[in-house]
Amino acid sequence: MHPMRKQRLQIVVMIIAASAVAAGLIIYKLGQNANFFYTPSQVLSGEAPEGTFIRAGGMVVEGSVRRDPNSLAVDFEVTDGSAILGVRYTGILPDLFAENEAAIAAGKVDQNRVLQASEVLAKHDEKYTPPEVAESMNAAYKAKQKRKADKL
Amino acid sequence: MTAELGHIALIIALCMAVFQTLVPMAGSFKGYQTWMRLGQTMAFGQFVFIALSFACLSMAFLNDDFSVAYVANNSNTLLPDRFKMSAVWGAHEGSLLLWALILAGWTAAVALLSRRMPLVFSARVLSVLGFIAVGFALFLLLTSNPFERILPVVPIEGGDLNPLLQDFGLIVHPPMLYMGYVGFSVPFAFAIAALIGGQFDSAWARWARPWINAAWMFLTIGICLGSWWAYYELGWGGWWFWDPVENASFMPWLIGTALMHSIAASEKRGVFRSWTLLLAIFTFSLSLLGTFLVRSGVLTSVHAFASDPERGIFILAFLFVVVGGSLLLFALRGPQMRSSSDYQGWSRETMLLINNVLLVSATAMILVGTLYPLLADVLDLGKISVGPPYFSFFFVPTTAILMVFLGFAGFSRWQSTDGRLMLRKGIIPGVISLVLGLILPALAVEELSWSTYSLSAVVTLVLVFWVITMSAEDLLLKVDGKAANLKGLTGSYWGMLTAHAGLAVCVLGVGLSTSYDLQRDVRMVPGDHVDLGEYNFQFIGVKPADGPNFSAYRGEVVVTSGDQVVTTLWPEKRNYKAAGQTMTEAAIDGKLTRDLYVSLGEPLGGNAWAIRVQVKPFVRCIWLGALMAGLGGLIAGNDKRYRRRKNRITSVLNAGGISA
Repeated sequence: MHPMRKQRLQIVVMIIAASAVAAGLIIYKLGQNANFFYTPSQVLSGEAPEGTFIRAGGMVVEGSVRRDPNSLAVDFEVTDGSAILGVRYTGILPDLFAENEAAIAAGKVDQNRVLQASEVLAKHDEKYTPPEVAESMNAAYKAKQKRKADKL
Repeated sequence: MTAELGHIALIIALCMAVFQTLVPMAGSFKGYQTWMRLGQTMAFGQFVFIALSFACLSMAFLNDDFSVAYVANNSNTLLPDRFKMSAVWGAHEGSLLLWALILAGWTAAVALLSRRMPLVFSARVLSVLGFIAVGFALFLLLTSNPFERILPVVPIEGGDLNPLLQDFGLIVHPPMLYMGYVGFSVPFAFAIAALIGGQFDSAWARWARPWINAAWMFLTIGICLGSWWAYYELGWGGWWFWDPVENASFMPWLIGTALMHSIAASEKRGVFRSWTLLLAIFTFSLSLLGTFLVRSGVLTSVHAFASDPERGIFILAFLFVVVGGSLLLFALRGPQMRSSSDYQGWSRETMLLINNVLLVSATAMILVGTLYPLLADVLDLGKISVGPPYFSFFFVPTTAILMVFLGFAGFSRWQSTDGRLMLRKGIIPGVISLVLGLILPALAVEELSWSTYSLSAVVTLVLVFWVITMSAEDLLLKVDGKAANLKGLTGSYWGMLTAHAGLAVCVLGVGLSTSYDLQRDVRMVPGDHVDLGEYNFQFIGVKPADGPNFSAYRGEVVVTSGDQVVTTLWPEKRNYKAAGQTMTEAAIDGKLTRDLYVSLGEPLGGNAWAIRVQVKPFVRCIWLGALMAGLGGLIAGNDKRYRRRKNRITSVLNAGGISA
């Protein structure tokens, strides 16, 4: 082969190899760091994997927020209208966190199907509801309506 | 009446932009001088009318004209005047109007300074800028009209501006950021004009470079302000979240940085020509994508797109025309842009190529991470968010490699450099930075043990000292002890040194504040104290304290170190009346070497409060470094040679014009 062509071929091969490695790494890391969102019903039905970092959310159930008197540990429940998921978190809750408002918790589900959250997110402002929560609430509401209709 | 006046001004501006797009372009092909000159007039006229339109919207805000829907949604009578002004660009419609105003401003500046360029070329540049202006004016008028009225029932009180945005940071951050975003439309227009005319030489690169530097400087400062705003206003001490909104501004910055370096090679050596054009196209495309991603609401959910299909479809169509059209043009004309010279080995061209490869790969990685959740949502693969570890995993090593090569920036020569000579220059700085980098973190800990010795701090310090000592060595060798040599150094060189040192300072801040960050969330009753590093934070108590449009609780925290009182901090919890929104207002005691950061969480019953205390070493260096980098861009863009050579070109062209 002409030496010039050979050089070019080597460069092309190197570029392809480097791109392949980079693409592989990106796909691998994306898979590792992509956090899925689950509704409380999905978590309780076992659809959400145990011990994997996930996000879950819904409306904070009225009267469910209990602060530990001596530490920053807090328990509360979120619901999508059909199932109620317990969340345990230690730390400061966001400013707009409140009962009967939407919240998203990120963390791992333990054996008791309680979400051990390392982060709690509330909405940004008064008008905004996280789209995941709105959607799961809607789905749950429709499911409820359907059950009612089926009973009749 | 003001709102209608603003609306009409916007329509007139649109008409002028249409003329600015069509007439000069047609004239440039037909060779009609008067047609081509019309571009300038239209550019100035368009600027005047957009400015008038913007002034009308501002007046509506200042006069609390709640019959205008946009004002009613984003302002309030209790809002202080300076925030009424910044509320103009606090939401979708107004920020697009600001975008259009800044675009008109850049266009007018190009028109003003374009006399130095051949008329055919400047006519095409103005035509391309006019086309972008048409797109934005249409988008405003058809889908996002800020002047729409709510009639006949006018609300008595407005909905108020989001409290997070009631801050000095928001007054300056978006205009700066947009100056950067929109500023890249100028090199984009230059690139398109060059592709149309098939003329792309060193003179082109020299015309374009100051514009690129100016836009880059604004974008750098804009991103820096955004990060600073997030740090003190969101209240919890984070300064970068790899949030899609942040990524949207960071991607054009990275590609813009690559463009700044690649065009240097195009100007001096005539290489990377088509690559430079491609980067100019991509930088602006990413700026557009960024504006739309942030402003269209697609990021929060693809379904926001579906709920407002008009805006979504317009955005997609406009992006398609701009990106697709320019890439098509590039595919047709780009291959003609041959490099005029060769280079080899460790030449400066090779170094700039490495810089570009690294910056572009980093951008590609961020782009994938940002768009993946959108794609997954569209394909119904589930609702995904990509966590910060993904971005750090790729970005941190890329930056580290970049800094290793950056050290050699000053030593490399055009065309070919003796690799061994360059390595030899690196020996002394290499040893100095290794020694300092290994020893300093050992001094930072109280007792020597592997668990407290921070490896990330070591890597940070070695890289930072490497860049700084290498730059210093290069400067010393160039000056060679004679003051006369100091004068001989160009603005470009000083700009490069400042910007590179800025990057080093910024990395110092990022690395050390991450490695040595101390943070605790604690439950405190008055009298309680908590130790954090060498500091002791004592919680005195909380008292009510009210502001103009909010009521607040103000905490008092006394910080001591040993026997000395360092400072007293007053963190606040505010409740904004109009929307009933709660806000955390952190208290910060800042020094170059460390920030003490206290924020008030929620009341826990009794007198107890949840409180977050933080010590953040060198965190200020992040923004100081970014500002230095921006300054470097300014210095390099003001290099005398751009003006001098331009003047010479002007005189030549003028002479030619007269003789012809």
